[in-house]
Amino acid sequence: MDNINILFQAPELILQLVIDGLLVGSLFALAAYGMALVWGVMNIINVVQGEWVVLGGFIALTVANQGVHVMLGIPAAAIVLFALGYVLYKLIIFRIVDRDLFTSLLATFGLSILFQQLMNQIFGADVRTLDSGLSTWFALGGMVTVSQIKVVAFVIAGIIAVALTLFMRNSRMGQAIRATAQDARAARILGIDTDRVYAFTYGLNAAICGAAGALVVMALTIHPYQGLIYTVRSFTIVVIAGLGNLAGVIASAFGLGVAEQFAGFTLGAEYQNAFVFLVLVVILVYRSFMLARQRKYLK
Amino acid sequence: MTAAAGEETRRPAGLGRWAGFLLIAVVAILAPFVFPAFQTQMSFLWIMIVIAMCWDVMGGQMGYNSFGNILFFGVGMYTTAVLQVGLFYDVAAYNQAQGAAGFDLTLLQYYAGLGIGLAMAAVLGVLCAIVFGYAMLGLRGHYFAIGTLGLGIAAGEIAAGWDYIGAGSGMVTPLYPDGAFGSRSEFFYFLCFALAAATFFTFRRLYAGRFGIAINAIRDDEDKAEAMGLHTVRYKVTAWSIAAFFTGIAGGLVGNIVGFIDPRDVAFAGVTYGVWMVLMAILGGKGMLWGPVVGAIVFHVTQELFWTYLLGWQRVALGLLIVLIVVFFPRGIMGFVRDKFPEWFGHKVDTGSRQQQEAGQ
Repeated sequence: MDNINILFQAPELILQLVIDGLLVGSLFALAAYGMALVWGVMNIINVVQGEWVVLGGFIALTVANQGVHVMLGIPAAAIVLFALGYVLYKLIIFRIVDRDLFTSLLATFGLSILFQQLMNQIFGADVRTLDSGLSTWFALGGMVTVSQIKVVAFVIAGIIAVALTLFMRNSRMGQAIRATAQDARAARILGIDTDRVYAFTYGLNAAICGAAGALVVMALTIHPYQGLIYTVRSFTIVVIAGLGNLAGVIASAFGLGVAEQFAGFTLGAEYQNAFVFLVLVVILVYRSFMLARQRKYLK
Repeated sequence: MTAAAGEETRRPAGLGRWAGFLLIAVVAILAPFVFPAFQTQMSFLWIMIVIAMCWDVMGGQMGYNSFGNILFFGVGMYTTAVLQVGLFYDVAAYNQAQGAAGFDLTLLQYYAGLGIGLAMAAVLGVLCAIVFGYAMLGLRGHYFAIGTLGLGIAAGEIAAGWDYIGAGSGMVTPLYPDGAFGSRSEFFYFLCFALAAATFFTFRRLYAGRFGIAINAIRDDEDKAEAMGLHTVRYKVTAWSIAAFFTGIAGGLVGNIVGFIDPRDVAFAGVTYGVWMVLMAILGGKGMLWGPVVGAIVFHVTQELFWTYLLGWQRVALGLLIVLIVVFFPRGIMGFVRDKFPEWFGHKVDTGSRQQQEAGQ
């Protein structure tokens, strides 16, 4: 807790934490947007979300090790994960999409264990990062440092978000996805192949996560067992923002990113994950409390 | 399917049924002396049955995925170990020494410490369940499921950073004193057996009564259950607390059997015990009294026999198994048997007991 005093003595550090939080938060926003997409369209809570972020990172790492430019890892991860998501839908997810949430939760939980352990076997259990070759900006006499790769990641995340919004608004597939989200049966009656929409949505979500993961491996670090925390983050953000609310997702992702940076600084980095979970519990308690107020008739 | 499960357990126990239980008890009591080499593995079998049944209260009978039961397991483990040491020595100094040598306990101290430790493990587990339960169980299943997903991880991180309980380097449980009843593994075998028996008959009784009907109603249609005047939150928290009670004691016992508590790999071991309990319950057939028992036996025996041949891919297989069972075999072994041979209804206990005997040998 001594670190709190440091914050008061050196207000530049607050600026530093806010900047870092916002830059990292943009990556959380991508994963959370994907989760909201699948949740809203298919009514599946995709527990394997975080594993795909990590897998995207590993794919970018593998691609970069082949000697091509590091930034090519981003489309590579997105393409590979789109294919993976599509195949997984055709193999497994289509069987559970009409079943209850209990089943889909368990099934995606199993997938999450599967991918987490597969990555551990294939890529090893080390903490990995990808050197982007970019340097760091210094401001305010070296008190505030901004690593350029985080800024690049922020910009790319923004571009992806804009592209997604335009895609959802204008393309045929985007319109079909939105129609299916509103009412799958009505969409089917009107001639939309909802099975194809589901497959595409699931693949798109994986692709978004993959791109986010490729940015994560450059801006931060990845580890095979790290996926769960991204799942919890995405879920927290979606619960705060609500489904189908892109502005809300971005705002709460930034909020979570900044809050995490402050928690990591004041409590120590080893408690940062515990903090993420704590935020989720607090949000759930708040929701539970608000619901309980509407349940007064039971007492 | 769901109503049938309830009726089956609610039927009055026949004479044959009790004869079956008696047979299991005799086999279980004789087993450690007939096969002294497998005492520890058999102890773990009972533990597996306990944690699988505890998961099934929530996951099977009530339809609430709990990915966080490992929290109670770890809390119970640490509570027991800390009390075993802490009642007589300074825990910080003990953990600093990185071993139990020089901190010998007398016979009486050991039993008293273990007894109090296990009792407090149960109490603290229940407390955790009540606190987190009231926090999260007012909401519907998916919020609870994701909420619990982080619980075990967060607890593991905190335990790994807490110096008092040994932080990341873990904690050793006290040495088993000389001159105690039987050997260490025999002693813990019978404790595990007693715990499994207590768990089984508690759940058997509970499922046969009002409580069982209530939690099944919550699974089948929570809105209707609530509209009928059922205080669902109270039932949900109670169910989780009962699971926490037994899981906590199981954790305390496992800590002592293993002898070394690692915060992430033994206590809050989400990727082993945490996943196993889910897998065992759904493998055997969730929502049935005997389901998790059969699942635990099948899984544990398979694991002991064949797991080593997988050469490090065990955990991958675990994830794959969960997916396959959930998607293609959602009723589990007992559900499959019941669908195939509904006329066996009255003999279901015998099916279970036969498999149990096979496992005990």
